[in-house]
This record gives sequence, C-alpha cells and structure tokens, in this order.
Amino acid sequence: MRRVSTSPHFHSGASTSNIMFSVAIALAPACIWGVYVFGLRALLVLAISIATALLTEFLLGKVSKENTLWDGSALVTGMLIGMNMSPSIPLFIPFIASVFAIAVAKWTFGGLGANWANPAIAGRVFVFFSFSSAMSSFVLPRTLAGVDAVSSATPLSLVKTAISGGEVAGQTSLQILSGNGYLSSAFAQKIESLTGISAYNVDAFIGNIPGCIGEVSKLLLIIGGIYLLCRKIITWHIPVAFIGSFAILTWVFGGLPNGLGFFHGEVLANVLRGGLILGALFMATDMVTTPVTHKGMLIFGAGCGFFTFLFRSFGSLPEATSVAILIMNIITPTIDRFCISKRFGEEVKQ
Amino acid sequence: MKLATFRKGGVHPSDMKSLSNNRPIERLPIPKELVISMSQHLGAPATAVKAVGDHVSKGEKIGTASSFISADVHSPVDGTVTAIKKVTMANSVVCDALVITPDEQQSEPFAEKRDYSEFTKEQILAEIKDKGIVGMGGATFPAHVKMTIAPGKSVQALVINGVECEPYLTADHRLMLERTEQVLEGIMICRKALSPERTIIGIEANKPDAIEKLSKAVAEKGLPIEVMPLKMKYPQGDEKQLLKATINREIPSGKLPLDVGAVVMNLGTTHAVYEAVAYGKPLFERVMTITGDCISRPCNVIAPIGTKVRDLLDFAGGFSSEPDKLVSGGPMMGFAFYDEDTPVAKGTSGILAIADKKNYRQTHCLSCGRCVSACPMGLMPTKLYALISNGKYEEAMKNNLMDCKECGCCAFSCPAHLDLVHAFKTGKKMGRKK
Repeated sequence: MRRVSTSPHFHSGASTSNIMFSVAIALAPACIWGVYVFGLRALLVLAISIATALLTEFLLGKVSKENTLWDGSALVTGMLIGMNMSPSIPLFIPFIASVFAIAVAKWTFGGLGANWANPAIAGRVFVFFSFSSAMSSFVLPRTLAGVDAVSSATPLSLVKTAISGGEVAGQTSLQILSGNGYLSSAFAQKIESLTGISAYNVDAFIGNIPGCIGEVSKLLLIIGGIYLLCRKIITWHIPVAFIGSFAILTWVFGGLPNGLGFFHGEVLANVLRGGLILGALFMATDMVTTPVTHKGMLIFGAGCGFFTFLFRSFGSLPEATSVAILIMNIITPTIDRFCISKRFGEEVKQ
Repeated sequence: MKLATFRKGGVHPSDMKSLSNNRPIERLPIPKELVISMSQHLGAPATAVKAVGDHVSKGEKIGTASSFISADVHSPVDGTVTAIKKVTMANSVVCDALVITPDEQQSEPFAEKRDYSEFTKEQILAEIKDKGIVGMGGATFPAHVKMTIAPGKSVQALVINGVECEPYLTADHRLMLERTEQVLEGIMICRKALSPERTIIGIEANKPDAIEKLSKAVAEKGLPIEVMPLKMKYPQGDEKQLLKATINREIPSGKLPLDVGAVVMNLGTTHAVYEAVAYGKPLFERVMTITGDCISRPCNVIAPIGTKVRDLLDFAGGFSSEPDKLVSGGPMMGFAFYDEDTPVAKGTSGILAIADKKNYRQTHCLSCGRCVSACPMGLMPTKLYALISNGKYEEAMKNNLMDCKECGCCAFSCPAHLDLVHAFKTGKKMGRKK
C-alpha cells in the first residue's frame, strides 16, 4: 500500500510512549534504593500504586473506548505516587491517590495532554490533606536502624518541630539534629571526618534518611535526571531555575526561622532534604503541565522554588514541594500566554 | 573553527546522503514518452504553442510565458507531439501537458560554446528568460524575475545556495564536484547580471569534498567568491535561514531577500544559467537524485523534464523492497504521490522511495514545547495547532500563521506525531478565504 500524506516524510523518532518509558527508566534506580533501605513493604506500596494507576487507566479507557495504556503515562504516574508515599503508609492510601490522580486529575479534564495539574502531584496532595498524620509518619531506613519499621521523624519535620518549640534560637539545623541525637551512618561519619561535609548531609544525599520511598536517594535521582537530560527528554531550564531560586532564597532568608539572621541559610542541607530533588527533576518537568517556551520554563521553575521555600520555611505543614508545583501548574496557562517566542525577522540588522 | 549557522530553531535529521553521494551523475537514456507539464514553475502556467501532430526539435519552445511571473517551456528532445492532456503533478497541481514521443534519431545542438564575454546585463537576463530558467531548489521561481532588480535597489550580497539541507538529496553535491568550473562560471555570469558587492557560496559541512574543491578552484582562478562552510542544520537551505547564517541579516515577515540587499540563488540554477548563456541551451533537463531505503541502486541522474517517475525508478534498478511512500523532492518538504506515471519537472530535485519502518501512534499534544524550540520562524506551533483544530483560522492568522513556511521542523520533532504541517496548510487556506 502506497501512502500519501503531507510532508514531512521523515521523523525524529520521538514518541509519547518513548518519553514516558524513558522517565520510568530514570525513576527506577531511586525506587530500587527505596525498596533496599525500607524493605519489602516499600515494594508493596509501589506495586499497589502502579497497579492501581494502570488498572484505572485501563478501565477508563474501556469506558471511553480509547486504549491509552500503551502511552506509558499511567505507569509514570503510578511510580511517582508510590515514590511519594511513606514506606509505612496504610495500603489504602496509595490506592486512593492513584485512582484520584488518573480518574479525577487526568481523565475528567480530557486525558493525557489536557490535564492542568500533574496527576501524581494532585494524587499526593489529595491524600496528604485527607490523611495528614499517616502521610507524615516515617520510618528509619534499615541502614540506620538495623531493623525494619522503626518510626522516626524526617530531618525536615524534626527541625521544624524544634523551631516552633522555640528553644533553639541561634542554632543551625545541623546543630539541632545532633542536639536531638539524630542518627547518622558510619559511612557518612567517615566522610565527615575526611572532608568536613556534615554526616547528615551525606546521608541525605545518598538516601540514608527517613522519608518517602522514592525521594530519599538524591544521588540516584540526580543520575536519573542526567539520563533524561542527555536523552533530551527534559531541558535544564526548570530544574536549574527551581533548585537555583530555592537555594538563593534559602541562603538569604533561610536563617530567619532559626534566629540566625539574613544570609545564614543552610543551602546544601535544605536542598538535600524532603522532596525537592524528586520534584524539581521529575514532577516539575512534566511536559503537559509546564510552559512550552524556555523563558516560560525559567519563570515556572523560579516560581516553584519560591513557593517551596515559602512553605518549607514559614508554612505550618510539612508539605512544600508538591503544593508549590501545583500552584505553578495553575499559573502555567498564564505564563504561556505572555511568554511567546520571538518571531524571526523582528529585529532587522541593516 | 566555529562554523556559521542560523540561530533560532532548526533540527538535525540524519542526512542519509551516503546512499548516493558517491555516485557520479549518469545520463538517463531518452525515455519512450515524455509528458511535459506547462506548469514547470511558480506563477501562471505557460501557454502551449504546439498542437497534436507537430514535430518539435530539441530545445524548441513548446510553451510561452503567459504573464510576468511565468516561464517558457522547451522540448528536451526531437520528437512529435502525440497528445495534449491534463496531468497531475507530484505537488497535486493539475495542468495541461504535452505528450511527446521522441524520434529514434536525436540531434545534438548546444554543443558549441560561444563567446559571451561581451554580453551586457540586459542580454544575460534576456537569455535567462528565453531559456526558461527557474529556481531549481524546489520553489521554481522564474529566475529572470528574481534577477530583475527594481530601480533604486542594489544587491549587496549574492548568496549561492549549495546547502542542500534536505536529507537524501545529493544532486547539488554532485554538481559541485563534477561541474565545478561550470558552476563557478555560472556564478560569475550571475554576478555580471546583478553586480553584487559580495558573492558567497554557502555549503553545509557534510560536503567537505565539495567545499575543498570549490575553494581550491576559486583560489586558483582568483575569483571574487567566498566559499563559506556552514554548520549542518535544517532548514538552512531556506533563503531566510541562509541569509541569517551567511550575512547575518533577517528578512522581515512578508519581505523578500532584496529588501535586505541580497539575492539568493540555488546552485543548480547557476549551472543552468551557465548552460543557457554559454551554450544557448534551454533548461530542459536537470540532475536529480533517485534514492531511498527501497531503491536497489540509488543514483544521481540527469534526466529530461517530463520523464515519468517509472522510467527513473527502472533506471535505478527498481525497488529493493516495497516502499510505503514515493516522494518528489526531499523528505522534509517534498510531496508524496502514488502514480508512477507522474512526470518530473524543473523543480524536481529527487525522487525518494522510502519505508516507514515504525508506525507511531498519535497522542494528544503534550505541550512539551519541542515544536516551539524547533520552529526557525519563532512561531508557536502548539498554539497555532490548537487554534486551527478549533476552527479559529482568523486568530491563527493573527498569530503569524503566514510566516510558517511548512519546513516541517515542528512535525519532525513532535513526540505526539501530530500532523502539524498539514494543519498549518489547511489553516492558511481557510484563513485566506475569510
């Protein structure tokens, strides 16, 4: 059969499913690390999130007679939801989050490409505000505790509680952690004695801290992000603007809640804690819900960094990154309206 | 050394030129029948001046320009007009065509080189018009119209387009290698007609042998021509991108190269100008590349206009595997057609037989912005596509839809496989209607 169609008759080979499966590959190492440090329970949480997301997508596809399982977006959503769950979460919560993400955040707006919010973030925020206490109780990684399921606060929430208690004026967050006898691994202590980088930061970087399954290993997330950058699936604009603006704001104002004054924020410690890296590399770079121009992406990223800093330093809930991204998702159409690319021939050099 | 290129947008398709870029130009044996369309060029079709049964000789005029933007058509052979019929060209234009059956004995006119050194500008232009020269890059704009400089305007730069940025095509590459002297002489003739301050040949870096050969020839003869290697990037062969790359000037929307003091000519056209002026030979044959993954023996051939694609495919050894698409021109902007009896024309730079190995599935727009980054004209394909899909043609026009030149960079890079160029073509048509 000869086919006749409009040009071009040549294609770069990029496809939606290719993009989605590449993102899934990039996320996989951090997932595996999560299962390694938090045990099989973490694997169960991931499996339930992914299976629910795929099943919801499949059933809704049946209803609307449109099979979209192959595009891989439900897989990525499911993975991200699982990665955003505490390993000790009651199992019905990732189930609800996945159903909400696929059915409400994505399908009611018309499916992939038409949703205004990143489905995974919408799912996470929905269950966070519904089941706040379950969503904010975490366990120690077994690399620190030696056994599974020893509950513990994350560094972020411990510092926040200490600061709102009001007895820590003038202390850095690292001093607060060591003052509270927070655990650190032997490996990280060795690194600290060799290089002077705080053991808490080393642990946060390699993933030896309590937290959500997929967000703890910054190292593996960054490797995944670099993979996506090299494959040109994402561009540098959003992650750099996001982390950059957050780092600058933290440096300038981040010392204020501790009573340290301006320009005394702990940049490294704050960047490595919580879901910032996961959010900046994988959730704020979701194509559908972010601006299309590079200029718009920079604004989007900077906005995410600003709101993350604001909620993390001055908010009352331990939920900053995902709400920040969600707010910027809302602003995206407006950014797209005003950030349009410059037309060829507008500046004429004679 | 950092090579020049244009800045905004563009894509890097794999060039696929190794299939045919080492094949010397061969001459196609005269086909049994030629179907010569009267619309070989942009503008009004020529008027046929021969009737059924008339005998024509090689190079004789068979169609005359019917308006200012139009061009003469000449017979490539000695032969007899056997029919006049409607024919559909590869670009879906339907027009009158003369069917010519060539004689068994063919004469060999245009063998003798004449002395044209005394020719004036006017004589050169008259010769170009009389020999039916059109732009051979694909747009087929009549050359004498382009080269007639309105009073009060002057040409600062004459830029010769040897970029050949479309994948697969190697016709201009072979011309540069095999007809170096002729091409350079053709450029000197165009210089005489236009008297530019600078003359530049832009060539992409994937043709190092051509760059070397031309530079050497230019240096040996001391010609006032600059050979400029350019970094590979599609669509550098478009005149707007080429002028940005070579002389760093941007043609404003809706304006012509002359408005920024430049004339762009295709390299193949300069070769045709040379033959017209030095030998008095009309443009009735051209070099084209017969290639693609499905062609047994990819090659570069010199074939008369009006040759049926079937004859060219046979010459190239037929198909090695059944192609999914036949394309006239390059894969990025060429036209797909299905009828192997479609004749070629003055603007046909190649015939491709290609396979679509993977059948990608379309999804909705992901707003990934790749088309926005790829658009060399600085448009917003995402927005235009949404407007056109919703029938808002006028609003699309306000968003500079007419600046789109259908280069295909957006659709090439679209992961959702949306038919962006198709939508923009439709949008332009509907937008003009209102």
